[in-house]
Amino acid sequence: MYVAVKGGETAILNSYRLLAEQRRGDRALPELSVAQIRQQLKLSVDRVMTEGSVYDPELAALAIKQAAGDLVEAIFLLRAYRATLPRLGSTLPLDTARMALERRISATFKDLPGGQVLGPTYDYTQRLLDFTLLANSPDSPRSVSAAFKAEEGAVPRVVDLLNQEGLIETRPVPPGDPAPMDLTRAPLRFPADRATRLQNLARGDEGFLLAMAYSTQRGYSHSHPFVGEIRLGQVALEIEPEELGFAISIGDLEITECEMVNQFAGSKTEPPQFTRGYGLAFGHSERKAMAMSLVDRALRAEELGEPVESPAQMQEFVLSHSDSLEASGFVQHLKLPHYVDFQSELELVRRLRAAAPQPGAEGDPA
Amino acid sequence: MSAPQVNFAYLDERTKRMIRRAILKAVAIPGYQVPFGSREMPLPYGWGTGGIQVTAAVIGPQDVLKVIDQGSDDTVNAVNIRRFFERTTGVATTTRTTEATLIQTRHRIPETPLREGQLMVYQVPVPEPMQRLEPRETETRTLHGLAEYGLMHVKLYEDIARYGHIATTYDYPVLVNGRYIMAPSPIPKFDNPKMHMSPALQLFGAGREKRIYAVPPYTTVESLGFEDHPFEVQRWDAACALCGATDSFLDEVITDDAGSRLHVCSDSDYCQSRQPAVATVEHETTPKELA
Repeated sequence: MYVAVKGGETAILNSYRLLAEQRRGDRALPELSVAQIRQQLKLSVDRVMTEGSVYDPELAALAIKQAAGDLVEAIFLLRAYRATLPRLGSTLPLDTARMALERRISATFKDLPGGQVLGPTYDYTQRLLDFTLLANSPDSPRSVSAAFKAEEGAVPRVVDLLNQEGLIETRPVPPGDPAPMDLTRAPLRFPADRATRLQNLARGDEGFLLAMAYSTQRGYSHSHPFVGEIRLGQVALEIEPEELGFAISIGDLEITECEMVNQFAGSKTEPPQFTRGYGLAFGHSERKAMAMSLVDRALRAEELGEPVESPAQMQEFVLSHSDSLEASGFVQHLKLPHYVDFQSELELVRRLRAAAPQPGAEGDPA
Repeated sequence: MSAPQVNFAYLDERTKRMIRRAILKAVAIPGYQVPFGSREMPLPYGWGTGGIQVTAAVIGPQDVLKVIDQGSDDTVNAVNIRRFFERTTGVATTTRTTEATLIQTRHRIPETPLREGQLMVYQVPVPEPMQRLEPRETETRTLHGLAEYGLMHVKLYEDIARYGHIATTYDYPVLVNGRYIMAPSPIPKFDNPKMHMSPALQLFGAGREKRIYAVPPYTTVESLGFEDHPFEVQRWDAACALCGATDSFLDEVITDDAGSRLHVCSDSDYCQSRQPAVATVEHETTPKELA
């Protein structure tokens, strides 16, 4: 008989237990610690911090553990955690020219002040499975740390070098330097200014941004991009308390920054020059930062007087669909019961079929 | 899972105040979608976060909460949201429409008529009634501002031209207070007439889309139609197999491999209240101790 809707609470509690068991896996193996995740799954941690909008490697690692490695779920956990945290203050803008660089590459100049620093990257690994990792071999002794030392001191950015010649657009600080809106406190409205768009992209799903960025390289709003510079390193986070009147450092952040340099044919008011796309992510997240900078540039079409024709140029299309929480939640809500809606549709389809011409009757071959 | 150390109804008081301001504006402009700073809740977007935030902003310790999904108190999502508020507020919960002061719902309005002082909170997936006709919010906002609703009327007219009747069965658009066209959330159009001049305050929360809107008590809510094709609700040839009701929204249940079907009330409280013999423990209001 009809009992399907009863017992929801017991089912939910049982699902918690099954989930915990699934997450733990074979109990004959030692449990993964949060510290291990933080240290050995760094790139996962970095992505979760970036899209989760919280710079806290330990909490990100915890979220990854709790989510059994599902990064989108981990991002959700971190976002839900941060939602009700109080705002204690605002930092000064990061000065990325003063980063302690671990990696810095430019695709536009063979050599440049500060040099090219390859740093840690998968780029030139040959993607062969390393079966020695299967063996859980004892760690080889550290050999790199002596040779490698983060570059200290200010290293000028490529865009600043280009700017000396006036070849690249400048973005002067608007009068009064108004505070950007906070997307986590106020809803996204259209048209959104660039600061708001960048916030949205910074929190946006890496896969979505990657696909959007890729589409701009395949004819959907081509922007002739060059990687002016990608830099990875530690940057000081500073605040300037009113009562002090000068800035103090409250710690360092590891970030990845990408400045994309794009061609611009000029307009009635502007001579031909290079334009910029910008990407920034927590930790080591190059794919994300690069995709973000391409999409940022595509979204500037209207401001630069370019025709808005492709999805990546359309603010509402990109910004409304970039958030993995919103997308994942709404797609997966289809799992919820829809008995009532479906019942309404059942009744409608039956009515439409009753009114439609019978198949086999003369006339319509369909 | 033990109850986490969180504020009453989870949200911090500043966030609640922000939401209450949006609600006040929504009540002042019936049917108008007020943007608000929707937060990431511990439940997924699309699963009722808008309704949850509205409920969290207005619920007090004296409230008696009822949560339904598809008309039923016992579907997993309704259970989950009710547990969320039991854990974070400790308020009493009920399955009885008449005992509730606050009813959060997804996709149904209870069959039992609402009364003054009751508050309905609707979970809304898509607050913009014209989104499927015009996905750009910049455009629909202008259309609302100008009360330019030709797009919607043409859509309904095209249904009539193609099918002979309006082929919208749920989330059927309504005109509120003679001004704004509003999405009533995906309730079946069967429920639309219950919104008209309702004595209860009706609040609508869309968390993912970050909008709140409202229908104050005793406000006109007119389902769109034409003089020669007026709005009409669904009717069934069957009666509820459990309680015999012929005046409620019925869900079809498939009972065997041969596709045999029976009809039962979608509103589980209404159905059970009509079966006195069955009514026992699960009906009682359960005061929960503070978690």
